[in-house]
Amino acid sequence: MLVAQNIGKRFGGVIALNDVTIQLSPARVTAIIGENGAGKSTLMKILSGVYAEFEGRILLNGRELTFSNPKEAQEKGISIIHQELNLIADLSITENIFLGRELSTRWGILDKKAMRIRTAALLQRLQLNVDPATLIRDLRVGQQQVVEIAKALLVDSQVIIMDEPTSAISEAEVDILFGIIQQLRTEGKIIAYISHKLDELFRIADDYVVLRDGCITETGKMQDVDADGIVRKMVGRDVTRLDQDRPRTAGTELLAVNSLRLYSGNRHILKDISFSLDRGEILGIFGLMGAGRTELLECILGLHTGSSTGNILLEGKPVRIRSPREAIRSGLVLVPEDRKKDGMIAGLDIKTNISLSSLPAGLINRNKEIALARHYMGSLRIKAASHAQPVKNLSGGNQQKVILARCLATNPKVLMLDEPTRGIDVNAKNEIYKLILEAAARGLGILAVSSELPEILAISDRILVLCEGRITGKFTRGAANEDDILKTAIPKTI
Amino acid sequence: MQTAIAKYRPMIARSQSLIALVVLCVALSLLSDKFLTVQNGFNVLRQISVNVCISIGMTLVVLTAGIDLSVGSVLALSGAVAAGLLKNGIPWPAHDLFIGFTLLGTIVAALFVGSILGLFNGWVITRFKVPPFVGTLAMLTIARGLTMLWTKGYPISGLGPKFDFIGSGWLLGIPVLVWICVLIVAAALVIVKKTALGRHIYAIGGNEQAARLSGIPINRVKIIVYTIAGLLSAVGGIMVTSRLDSAQPNAGISYELDSIAAVVIGGTSLSGGRGTIMGTVLGAIIIGVLNNGLVLLNVSPFWQQVIKGFVILLSVIVDKMNTKEA
Repeated sequence: MLVAQNIGKRFGGVIALNDVTIQLSPARVTAIIGENGAGKSTLMKILSGVYAEFEGRILLNGRELTFSNPKEAQEKGISIIHQELNLIADLSITENIFLGRELSTRWGILDKKAMRIRTAALLQRLQLNVDPATLIRDLRVGQQQVVEIAKALLVDSQVIIMDEPTSAISEAEVDILFGIIQQLRTEGKIIAYISHKLDELFRIADDYVVLRDGCITETGKMQDVDADGIVRKMVGRDVTRLDQDRPRTAGTELLAVNSLRLYSGNRHILKDISFSLDRGEILGIFGLMGAGRTELLECILGLHTGSSTGNILLEGKPVRIRSPREAIRSGLVLVPEDRKKDGMIAGLDIKTNISLSSLPAGLINRNKEIALARHYMGSLRIKAASHAQPVKNLSGGNQQKVILARCLATNPKVLMLDEPTRGIDVNAKNEIYKLILEAAARGLGILAVSSELPEILAISDRILVLCEGRITGKFTRGAANEDDILKTAIPKTI
Repeated sequence: MQTAIAKYRPMIARSQSLIALVVLCVALSLLSDKFLTVQNGFNVLRQISVNVCISIGMTLVVLTAGIDLSVGSVLALSGAVAAGLLKNGIPWPAHDLFIGFTLLGTIVAALFVGSILGLFNGWVITRFKVPPFVGTLAMLTIARGLTMLWTKGYPISGLGPKFDFIGSGWLLGIPVLVWICVLIVAAALVIVKKTALGRHIYAIGGNEQAARLSGIPINRVKIIVYTIAGLLSAVGGIMVTSRLDSAQPNAGISYELDSIAAVVIGGTSLSGGRGTIMGTVLGAIIIGVLNNGLVLLNVSPFWQQVIKGFVILLSVIVDKMNTKEA
C-alpha cells in the first residue's frame, strides 16, 4: 500500500497541490484523473522524486520514504515512466537499463555478459522480442516504453507510475502495453495510470482518483461510474465570466484560415483546420495535451512553412507568411506558451524586451524607447522599480506583461496568445484577462489558446475545440459549458 | 561595513577587469622602474592593437553565442593579399594586361577579402546550420591554405614607406595603430549601444528562440556579425603586415586564442548575450600589460605562458562567482 499523506506544493504564489491524501493499493491499477493544471503531474513528480521539496509524507507499506531525486525514489521502490521517455538514443537496451547501476567484475571491468543475460530475461518477461544489444534509436516508441518498464522491473519497483503512456504509440502497441500492465497487476505491483483517454481508463483501471484545482474531489471504483460521470467530476467549478456586455463590432472579418494542414513525417498534426476571426473578437481555442493547439498558432506565425499547407487571409487579402518577422510585419504577433524558453530575454532589461519587436533599423532613439517602455509599463500596470530592471527579476505575471507589451508595441491586428496565464498567480491572471479584453475592445482580433477551461470560458466570445489535430467542437459564448467542451476535447478512439 | 560592501558589490563586479588592471599596473611599477613610462605605455598599446582589433569582432560573434576560430588565418590572407597586390599587382599575360594597385586600392582589396571570408562563415553557419566552432575551424584551414597558395610559402617584403606608415607612423603624438583601434572601438560602441543591430546581437545571444519569435532576422544578423569579424581580421592583417613591412605566410597563428582570451577576461560570456566592448578592450590591455611586464621582469617565455593561462582561469572563476551572487 502506497500512501501519500497531506501532500502540499506551491510554486511561488501558485498552489499546485493542497493537502492531498491518496492511497494506492497493490495488485490494482489506479487512474489519476483531472483537467490540465489540476495537479496530476505535480503529484506524480512528488511521488517519484522529481520534486524533492513538498509538504506531507509518503509511506510505502507503512514505512516512511524520503528521497531527493528520481534515482533514489526508484531505489526505494517507486518508478515513473514519463511521457517523454528518458532513454539515451545511441546506447543499447542493456546499456540503458543498467545506466547508473552497471554491474562490474571483481576487477572493475563492466560485466557485459551478466547484464546482457539479465536484460534478455527482463525483455522476455515483457514479451519484447528484440536483441538486448539493439540501440534505442532503432526501436519504435512503444518498444522504448517497454524498455522503460524493464528498467523499473530491474530495481524491482513496487510502484510504477505511468504518465500518458499511450500518447505516442499505435493501437497494437497499446494492446501489448495493457497486457504487460495486467501482468504487473497480477504480480502485485501498485500501478498509477494517468491518461486523458477515458475508454482506456475503463479498460485498464480498477480505481480512480479525481483531482481538481490541486485537491482530491472524488475517489472510487471504476466499475461504479460511467464516462459522463467522470467528466462531471473533473469540472464543476464556478466560472466567472468577465465583462459580458463588451461592445463588439461584429461581422467585420479580420482573419480567415482555410484548410490548414501540418505534417510531421507521415503524421498529421493538424488536419484541415478552417476558421475565421472578427475584429474585436476573442476566439478561444481549447484542447488537451497533444491536440495541436500550439502548432496551430505556430503555423499562422510562419514557423512551419515547409511542412504545412493551407491559406490565410488577413482583412480579405491572402498573405504568405514564412517567418515570425513577416508575420509581425503583416500584423500578427504571438505571446508564446513558454515564457522562459521562447518569450523573454531574461538577462536584458524591461525596456529592451519591450522595444525588441518594434525597433526601427539603424540608430536607436533612446528617449523614444524609454517613453515606449514607460507607456506600456503604465498601461499594462507592470510593477517594477524602473525600466532598467532585468526581466529575470520580475514576477511571472509581470514578465508575461512585458512580453504582451512587446507584442502590442508592434501595433498588431491579430494578437495570438498561447497559454496566456500559465504559471502565474490568481491576481495576475485576472489582470491579464482584463488586458486581453481591453485589447479586444480596441479592435484587435484575439486568438487565445488555453488548456484551462475556466480561462477559455471567462474570456472567449467563441470557442473552438481541437482534438488530435481536428476541430471537434464550436461553441458560442452563451451556449458553452465545461461538460460539453471537455466531451468534445477527449479523444474517442485509442 | 558589510552593507557598504554589499551596496558596492554590483559596481565592483562590473569593473572587476578594471580593478585587476590597476592592481597589475601598480604591482609592475613597483617591481620595475621601466614599466611606468610614456614610451612603454605606447609600446604596450602598439603591441596589443592587432589583438584589440580582432577581439572586437570576436566579441560581437561571441555575444551571439558563436565563435570565430578563423580570425588568425583570415588576418594572414588579407595581409598577404595587400602586400602582394601592392608589390606585384595582378599581371594578366594572356591579354598582355597588368593591373597595378594604389595604396588605397590594396587596402580596400584586403578588407574586401576579409569581409568575403567572414560572409562565407556566416552563410555556412546560417544556411547549413553548421556549428560556428566547426564552420570557422574549416575556414581556419581554408584561409591558411589560400595564404600559402598566394604567397607560395614565402614572405612578401619591402612594401614602401607609405604602407609602413600605418604600422610605425605617429599622428598628433600617438601611434597610427592606436588611432585605428580607437576608431574601431568607437564604431563598435555605437553599433552595440545605439543601433537596432546591437540590440539584436544581444537578444540572439540571450535567447535565440525568443529573438526569432520577436521578429528579429536571426540569420541576417549572424551573417553581418561574422562579416564584421572577417573585416576586422583584415584590418588586423594590414596592421601586422605594415608593422613588419612584410606579409608572412604563417602570420596570425593562434591569434584566435589571444582574442578569445581577451573576450573572456573582459567578462563576455561564451554562451552569449552578456558582455561589453570596453570589457574586451580591458581584457586585451590586461594581456598586453602582463606580457610586457613579464618581459621587463625577465620571466622566461615558458613561464609567461603558464601565468597567462592561470590569469584566464582566474578571471573566469571570479566572473562566475560574481554572477552567481547577483
